Amino acid sequence: MNEAVIQVQDLKKIYHMGSMEVKALAGISFKILKGEVVSIMGPSGSGKSTLMNLLGCLDRPTSGSYLLDGVQVASLDDDELAVIRNQKVGFVFQSFNLLPRQTALANVELPMRYAGVTTERAGRARAALESVGLGDRILHRPTELSGGQQQRVAVARALVNHPAILMADEPTGNLDSKSGKEIMELLLNLNRSIGTTLIIVTHDSTISAQTQRVIRLRDGLIEEASS
Amino acid sequence: MNLGQAIIEALESLNSNRLRSTLTILGIVIGVGAVIAMLAVGAGAQSTITGSISGIGSNLLFVYKGNSINSVLNAKSITTQDATALLDQTQAPDVLAVAPMVSGSLQVTGNGEQTSTSIDGVTPDYETVRNATLSEGTFITEDNLLGQASVAIIGTDVAKKLFNRIDGLVGENIRINGQPFKVIGVLESKGGSSFGSQDNVVLVPITTAQQRLLHRNSENVDMLMVQATSSSTVSQASDEVANILRIRHRTKAGKDDFTIFSQQDIAATAQTITGVLTIFLGGIAGISLLVGGIGIMNIMLVSVTERTREIGLRKALGARKKDILTQFLTESSLLSLMGGVVGIGLGWLIGFIVGKIAAASGTPFTPVVGLNAILLATIFSTAVGLFFGIYPANRAANLEPVEALRYE
Repeated sequence: MNEAVIQVQDLKKIYHMGSMEVKALAGISFKILKGEVVSIMGPSGSGKSTLMNLLGCLDRPTSGSYLLDGVQVASLDDDELAVIRNQKVGFVFQSFNLLPRQTALANVELPMRYAGVTTERAGRARAALESVGLGDRILHRPTELSGGQQQRVAVARALVNHPAILMADEPTGNLDSKSGKEIMELLLNLNRSIGTTLIIVTHDSTISAQTQRVIRLRDGLIEEASS
Repeated sequence: MNLGQAIIEALESLNSNRLRSTLTILGIVIGVGAVIAMLAVGAGAQSTITGSISGIGSNLLFVYKGNSINSVLNAKSITTQDATALLDQTQAPDVLAVAPMVSGSLQVTGNGEQTSTSIDGVTPDYETVRNATLSEGTFITEDNLLGQASVAIIGTDVAKKLFNRIDGLVGENIRINGQPFKVIGVLESKGGSSFGSQDNVVLVPITTAQQRLLHRNSENVDMLMVQATSSSTVSQASDEVANILRIRHRTKAGKDDFTIFSQQDIAATAQTITGVLTIFLGGIAGISLLVGGIGIMNIMLVSVTERTREIGLRKALGARKKDILTQFLTESSLLSLMGGVVGIGLGWLIGFIVGKIAAASGTPFTPVVGLNAILLATIFSTAVGLFFGIYPANRAANLEPVEALRYE
């Protein structure tokens, strides 16, 4: 399992604010191997959100190369990026971001709808919910679920299209410590059982301590890469 | 995402904000309803007017003295001799019958009641030319003409006013301008028309009217009604009548001192007028549909703003531009389609009520909601939804996922 799922070379992101140039990422290079659990840390303004958006294919770099699962994604257009996000990236957000009026099942089905999956959709969504321990809650709406349960639905949604990487942005940030711990256990378990590559953006050192490697950012550059 | 799913999702989303959706739909309902009602009333008016014009008789020409286009001085009157001349089979082979008429408005009394009505002096030919039928009694005869008989045929409106009934009136006495007349028949009702009720009339022998009621020269008549042999010979008959009258009146070329209207001209003119009126009313109603469309656009813009995060999330999960575009366009089209369907019902109801009111006020008239009006309204309202939905949907589809996800 030493095949690189993410290979980043001299990645730059420059924002223009009026006449000012802001280098959010000043040229960084790293690899993440298949099955790795990596956390990205850094103070605010360090560029970690920008990096997370780039790795998640939500945004395009100003320059540099980004190979995700063998695909050069730095030069893709909006719709091609949408397909990559759909097929290769699973997102878990700090604020869950579930559709409030849809059931847990419908929420988990959503990525498959955009993927054009029709026949096995409900079955796969149900299986994903069962794998995160919510087999008895599939027809509940987010408002009828606790925060921890909502985040489990989000994890199920992120996994349902079998992505190459799972990006978690402060996944425990909105949870009490007990639920947070459970979510971390769930994510690490998924990594162990099905080998999902995990990238966790966090500022919580107890979270990063549970990952195999930490990428620390400061002023748009990697400060150190510890293992 | 296929269209079926898009529709289900759109319905769920519209249902989740029911009051707002209903109010937005209401704008379209009123617009479509107004358009349908106006088209229905217009179509109803058209069919009523054409019906009443064809009720006058069939294949008729009306010949009057004078000509408004040529403004001839000293126009010769139309006479009974003119009427006889028109019956010449060699010069006017397409003329079937000619009925001269004089008319005026006089007081009629009877049974202690009185009313002012149109007194038409007619010949026996009137019965066939004008397609007049009697509900009882007999029509005016040649003998009546010769004897300047004091007999009258009364229309149903006159009968109702004077006697409060429309049957068993033969033999009753009425007075016209103070002179006693015997009722010999009652005209069957032809219903109202835009030219005044055809039932508010009293028919007397033309000679009686000329000599004793209207005090006219016994030669001159007000109008000739000429019946052509068939609907296809009306224009030939018109030419023949014109030629005969030009010779008889010795008019200069292009200076006719008479006017010929055909029933078809009148019908065509009436149809043009009601058609223009319908388009005009429909156009005004269309403005409210436009306003409804702007309402949809407004609400869709609000909805896009409110759901920025949702759009961002959907994009993060792999929604392409066209997925988002489809989602919002489906919502706006559904809003206006539902408005259209309800609006058709409302328009039909308004038309129905207008018909009832018209009937109650004595002008029976049936608004017609045609299939083409329904199709037009449905297609147009959906198009309004699509058109006014494009801008908001496009705005949603072009949101940057990063920005949209960060939106609070």
